[in-house]
Amino acid sequence: MSDSVAGRLTAPAIRHTTRWDRLRINRNWLGFWFMLPAALILVLFLAYPLGKGVWLSFTDAKIGRTGVFIGLENYEWLGLPWWEDADGVFWLSVFNTVVYTVVASVVKFAIGLYLAILLNQHLPFKALIRSIVLIPFVVPTVLSAIAFWWIFDSQFSIISWSLRHMGLIDHNINFLGDPNNARAAVIFANIWRGVPFIAITLLAGLQTVSPSLYEAATLDGATRWQNFRFVTFPLLTPIIAVVMTFSVLFTFTDFQLIWAMTRGGPVNATHLMATLSYQRAILAGNLGEGAAIATAMVPFLLFAIMVSWFGLQRRKWQQGADND
Amino acid sequence: MFNLDRRSLIKGGAALGAMGATGLLDFAKAWAQQSQWKPEQGASLNMLRWKRFVEAEDKQFMVMIDAFSKATGVKVNISNESFDDIQPKASVAANTGQGPDLVWGLFSLPQLFPSKCLPVGDVAEYLGKKYGGWVPSAQAYGQFEGKWVAIPVAFNGGYINYRISSMNKSGFKEFPKDTGGFLDLCKAMKGNNFPVGFALGHATGDGNSWCHWALWSHGGYLVDKNDKVIINSPETAKALEYVKELYGTFTPGTASWNDSSNNKAFLAGDLHLTGNGISIYAAAVAQGMKNIAEDMDHAFWPIGPVGKPTEFQLAFPLLAFNFTKYPQACKALMAYMLEAENYNPWLEAAAGYLTHPLNAYDNNPVWTKDPKNTVFREAAKRTLTAGGLGSIGEKAAAALADFIVVDMFANYCTGREDLKGSIRVAERQAQRLFRS
Repeated sequence: MSDSVAGRLTAPAIRHTTRWDRLRINRNWLGFWFMLPAALILVLFLAYPLGKGVWLSFTDAKIGRTGVFIGLENYEWLGLPWWEDADGVFWLSVFNTVVYTVVASVVKFAIGLYLAILLNQHLPFKALIRSIVLIPFVVPTVLSAIAFWWIFDSQFSIISWSLRHMGLIDHNINFLGDPNNARAAVIFANIWRGVPFIAITLLAGLQTVSPSLYEAATLDGATRWQNFRFVTFPLLTPIIAVVMTFSVLFTFTDFQLIWAMTRGGPVNATHLMATLSYQRAILAGNLGEGAAIATAMVPFLLFAIMVSWFGLQRRKWQQGADND
Repeated sequence: MFNLDRRSLIKGGAALGAMGATGLLDFAKAWAQQSQWKPEQGASLNMLRWKRFVEAEDKQFMVMIDAFSKATGVKVNISNESFDDIQPKASVAANTGQGPDLVWGLFSLPQLFPSKCLPVGDVAEYLGKKYGGWVPSAQAYGQFEGKWVAIPVAFNGGYINYRISSMNKSGFKEFPKDTGGFLDLCKAMKGNNFPVGFALGHATGDGNSWCHWALWSHGGYLVDKNDKVIINSPETAKALEYVKELYGTFTPGTASWNDSSNNKAFLAGDLHLTGNGISIYAAAVAQGMKNIAEDMDHAFWPIGPVGKPTEFQLAFPLLAFNFTKYPQACKALMAYMLEAENYNPWLEAAAGYLTHPLNAYDNNPVWTKDPKNTVFREAAKRTLTAGGLGSIGEKAAAALADFIVVDMFANYCTGREDLKGSIRVAERQAQRLFRS
């Protein structure tokens, strides 16, 4: 016969795997698909506003009016601290922000760690005391700020009133009217508010430390201080790194406390970069200038994050060995 | 002495309001009949206004709006915003072309976007002719390059508030009229332990108004009429020296004061001389604090070396956007609000908080029935405009929001900077804002 093909079945069109199939089925891509929604949310709600903010700082945008690109002009007007005609108010706010962040963070850490260790002991009414410690953190910031505003008021301060009635002073203390007093007052308020966060988080960290380590150390003759220094503290450093990073970020970008208590006064002595940025961008309408100040905060924040992550997170530092 | 019985006054006012509502409706109907502005068919308006400080003022305002709606069939929605939020919202509306039809805002609002404002020259002319003409500051706030872009509905006056007995005990029969006498009074009051104080903190209203008075009364200005920065002048230096001497008589803590600090202290009896609107007196009367209400009075800001009033009062212009679908309805409402039948009871209800921009309303009983209100009648006539010599626009608004002048005085008074340094800081900030 001939090589007829009549009896053969036609082969079904072979379905080649397309690129789309690969993207759909491949396990490596699967991870990508699962991450996509989160990535979109991050881009939409974090990266885009940040990028937009940086872009605004290169324009002369006013509220309600899109600006044109003006390059570095906004930054030039802020200047550098050693320039003859730098923006004194801006650099004062940078100074204030650094002082505010450093002092408040160090004190908050010290008190927070102390409280955490205290709460980790066996105390009567432990649960109750732990929840009381959280109160400053639970009160809305604006409410506590207004309370502090009254506490530090130049005429009606409860502190001045009490001291006067005890006969210790003969006139009211000028809490918010004197630059250094005002700085101390707002830092105090920030510390009061920030301590519970650190104390409770460190307490959680302390509870993960296995008691057997203390036993071993004690058998080796370690004192209580050595117990803390060589057991507790090294095991706590990862959580300290995280908690202090957050604490520094929150303190550096603080706004509500200052705005409710002093509005940046007296004579800009408590203006932080965040409050100055708001004043210039929203109240004075110069979005571009405000955005430049806000953008100028980014390097400081990056620096703070770097320090805590690369400094505190190094395992060598934690374990006292050279296993980087 | 005139003895004010607040209770009977309130009752009287309420009765007047209740009776006025129907009377007002009749007036509104008649007015709508013969008005030259006929609202469009099916028109409805959205209006954004600053949030009221005097409840009675707001009430009377709503009665008036209600009568307008009933008489003309135009529905008017009113939304309220705080002082700080009006300008951003209005700016966004101006630039996106949608939002409220009318905005009743502060200071230089219409000058921020004059090309987006509905021209209201006919309304302004009609009202000006009928009610004795506009005061100069009202013309400045309502016009842009000679054309009316807004109707300056009212002003808010801030004046000296003082305790009469304390002034008398300090050797003054009446309140001094010039800056020299004023300084003597403050010194004498301090000497007698009567606390004196003006806000030197970031107090948008109180701080800006008294610091600008001090600067202008000595002939110093932030910018000239071409918006060139001229703060670095011998006049400014004199103003600084004067205020520093004045600051020496202040009670401690004024550098931290915000807009409410002096109200609290005055009402508590811890402050006997300050600068403020009528709100301290109104609160003292409303809360029955007779010892303070009867013992306090108001006075004009003293005249400085320049020899004329240099006050700085708040203006409330009302604008309509040109994107509105109902321009005739907008104009009708604007004209209607300032007609005597509406404006008089409204002004009375505001109890001195609002001051009229049209000369005919000098005769309103609110200014004479309580003599302690009388100085506030002159607020619109005696004020300079935001920006001083310069333009009323976004730059002047930004300079106020940035507290350039307040901080200059505070810098020198608190000793943070010397004379030259304080002026230099202010000059630098002003150059940033007024660069072309």
